[in-house]
Amino acid sequence: MGHTLFEKIWSRHVVHELPDGSVLLYIDRHLVHEVTSPQAFEGMRLSGRNIRRPELTFSTMDHNVATTEDRLDIKDPISKAQVDALEENCNDFGVSLFGLGDPHQGIVHVIGPEMGITLPGLTIVCGDSHTSTHGAFGALAFGIGTSEVEHVLVTQTLKQHEPGTYKVEFTGRLSPHVFSKDMVLKLIGTIGTAGGAGHVFEYCGEAVRSLSMEARMSMCNMSIEGGARAGMIAPDDTTIQYITGIDRPYAPTGAALDRAIAYWRSLPTDEDAEFDRTISIDAASLVPQVTWGTNPGMVIDIDQPVPGPDAGGIYSRTDVENALEYIGLTPGTRMTDVPVDVVFIGSCTNSRIEDLRQAAAVMEGRKKADHVELLVVPGSDQVRRQAEAEGLDRIFKAAGGEWRYAGCSMCLGMNPDQLRPQQRCASTSNRNFEGRQGKGGRTHLVSPEMAAAAAVAGKFVDIRKWLDR
Amino acid sequence: MTPFTQHTGIVATLNRSNVDTDQIIPKQFLKSIKRTGYGPNAFFDWRYGADGSPDPDFELNHPRFKGRSILVARNNFGCGSSREHAVWALAQDGYAVIIAPWKAAGGTRLPAYADIFRSNAMKNGLLLIELAEEEVNVIFALVERYEGLEATVDLPEQKIIFLAPEHVIYGFDIEASDKAQLIGGLDDIDLTLQYESEIGRFEQQHDPFLSPPE
Repeated sequence: MGHTLFEKIWSRHVVHELPDGSVLLYIDRHLVHEVTSPQAFEGMRLSGRNIRRPELTFSTMDHNVATTEDRLDIKDPISKAQVDALEENCNDFGVSLFGLGDPHQGIVHVIGPEMGITLPGLTIVCGDSHTSTHGAFGALAFGIGTSEVEHVLVTQTLKQHEPGTYKVEFTGRLSPHVFSKDMVLKLIGTIGTAGGAGHVFEYCGEAVRSLSMEARMSMCNMSIEGGARAGMIAPDDTTIQYITGIDRPYAPTGAALDRAIAYWRSLPTDEDAEFDRTISIDAASLVPQVTWGTNPGMVIDIDQPVPGPDAGGIYSRTDVENALEYIGLTPGTRMTDVPVDVVFIGSCTNSRIEDLRQAAAVMEGRKKADHVELLVVPGSDQVRRQAEAEGLDRIFKAAGGEWRYAGCSMCLGMNPDQLRPQQRCASTSNRNFEGRQGKGGRTHLVSPEMAAAAAVAGKFVDIRKWLDR
Repeated sequence: MTPFTQHTGIVATLNRSNVDTDQIIPKQFLKSIKRTGYGPNAFFDWRYGADGSPDPDFELNHPRFKGRSILVARNNFGCGSSREHAVWALAQDGYAVIIAPWKAAGGTRLPAYADIFRSNAMKNGLLLIELAEEEVNVIFALVERYEGLEATVDLPEQKIIFLAPEHVIYGFDIEASDKAQLIGGLDDIDLTLQYESEIGRFEQQHDPFLSPPE
C-alpha cells in the first residue's frame, strides 16, 4: 500500500519511537512570536537549559503591535514589555528576529513563506494555532502551546502521537467570485469545529490544484477551525514556482535546490494510499460564504437566511440561541439585509498580495459607505511594499479606507485595532468567536472580495449579483 | 509539575459546547510575560459585568459553586487559539479536573477536547476526563439536584465517584503514558533529554532542506 503526503513527512522525522507508541518528532523550523514565547524562554533560564538549534528558530512581532504610522513608539507599557522581552530573548539565545521596523517584519505565517523559511517536506511549528497555514507548501505544520515551545527550543523535537489522515477533496472548478476562503468555510460548516480533531487534512482535487499559493495558504490556515491538527496540500509546479520565482533568502539554491525539488516531487500522496477519513465537496456548486454565529462552523451561503434554533444540523438549540443572542440577529434574516459598521481586510488568513488585489479590484473607482470604518492591513512589510508598488494603497485610500502597517491587527484585538461593543464587522480573518475582535464585537467571516463589497455597500451583499447589477 | 493521584472537590457545570480559549482567557491578558496571575481573569467576558463586578447570570458565578475545583462542560472544550494561558488560567482559578463528553457524529467519534488544549493541559497537570454524552447528562442533572455536590477523582483507578446519595461512579480512559506522567509529576523536557544522543544521531543524517536519500 502506498503512503500519504502526511505519512511520508512523518516517517522521515521520527527520531525515536517511545514505549507508549508515541514518537519523538524532529522539528525543522520553529517560528516564534512575542505572545506565546516569553514563558518558554524564562523556563529555559530557570532550569539552566539552552537552545539546541538557534539557526532553525525565527521570530517576529505581530500580535500586539500597533499598525499605525507611530507603531514603533509602543504606548501600552505591558505590550512594550512583551516586545522588549522577545528582543532580549532573541539576543540572549541567538535567534533571528524580524522585529518592528525590519523590512521582513510581519505576521509570522506570512513572512515564513515569503522568506523561504517554509518549504515542502519540512516539519514546522509555532506557538500559534494558525501554523497550519504552512501546510499549503506540503509541509507538516501545526500549532503548539508554550510548554511545547520550550520543549522545541531545548530539544528540537516534540513528543507526538500520530494523528489520523483526512482526505478533503474538492471536485470541479470554482465559479467566479468564489475563493478558497469559501471552500474552507464550507468544509467547516459541514463537519463542525471539532470535525477534524485528531486528524490532519489533506486538501486535494481539481479545485485545489488550480489555486495559487496565496489561496492555498488561506485554506490551510483555517484547518484548525475545523479542529484538525494541520492541513496540507501536495507540492506541485505552483509550489515550486512560488519558491524559486523570486529571491527567497532562506530557500535552497543551486545543487541543494535540485536535490530538494527531487524530494518535493516525491511527496504527493501515492495513488493507492488510504486515508482514515474522507469527504468530498463539489466546488463547482459553491457560492460565497458568510458566518452568522460565534464559531466558524456557523456559516451559510450568502443567499440563505440565518438559521433558527430548530434548524437541526450540527449545533444544538442552546448553541444556536446563545450565538444569535450574542451576534444580534434573528432567524430568517437575509444576510444581504444586514448592515456593517467595520470592514477589516487583513490577518494571517487573507492579508497577502493576492487578497489585497482582489479587494482592490472591487474597490477601484468606488467609495466606502459613509458609516463604515475600513481597515486594510497588509500581512507583512514586504506585502505592504509590493501593494504600494502596484498602487493598491491608493485605491484603498481613495475609497476612504485606512492603509496600515503589518500586524495581526483587528483579527484578535490584542493591539489598538479593536471593535467596540455591538459593532458589526465584515472580516477576512479566521475566528468569529465572542469578543475575538474586541469585547462585544460581532464578527462575520468572509472573503476579501465580499469584505470589500460590504464596505462599499454598507451591508453584506452577494458579490456575484452586486458586481453585475 | 505537582503529581496528580486523587482529587476531591465541588463540581461546577458550564452548559456550553465549543468553549474556545478566547473565552477561557481573553486576549488582553496574553500580554503578560509571566506564567502566573491568570486565575481571576478566567472566563473574563462572561464572568464580569461592564462595571467589573461578577455577573450573577454567569453559571460559574452561582454561590452554589463556591470553592469548586471540577468543571463539567460540553463537547469540544478548549477549541481555537493555542494559548496555553487558557490552561494556566483554569488551573490558577482552582480547577484540577475538567470533564466533557465525546460526541458521535457521522459514524465517527469527536473528542471532548481540542488537540492543542489537551496537550497543554497535560503539561500543566490539569486532568481532562472524557465521558460519554449520557454520562455527562447525568452529571449535569446530579449537580442541579444536589447543591455543593462533590466528586472524587481517582487517577490510578481511572474512575470518578460522585458523592451523591446514589453514588454514581464512572470509569474513564486515559493514555497509559499520560497517566504515568501525571501521577509521577514528570517533566516532559527531562524525559526527552534521555534521548539526547538519538537526537544528535538523527541530526547527523538529516538534511536541512530534505533532499531525497542518496
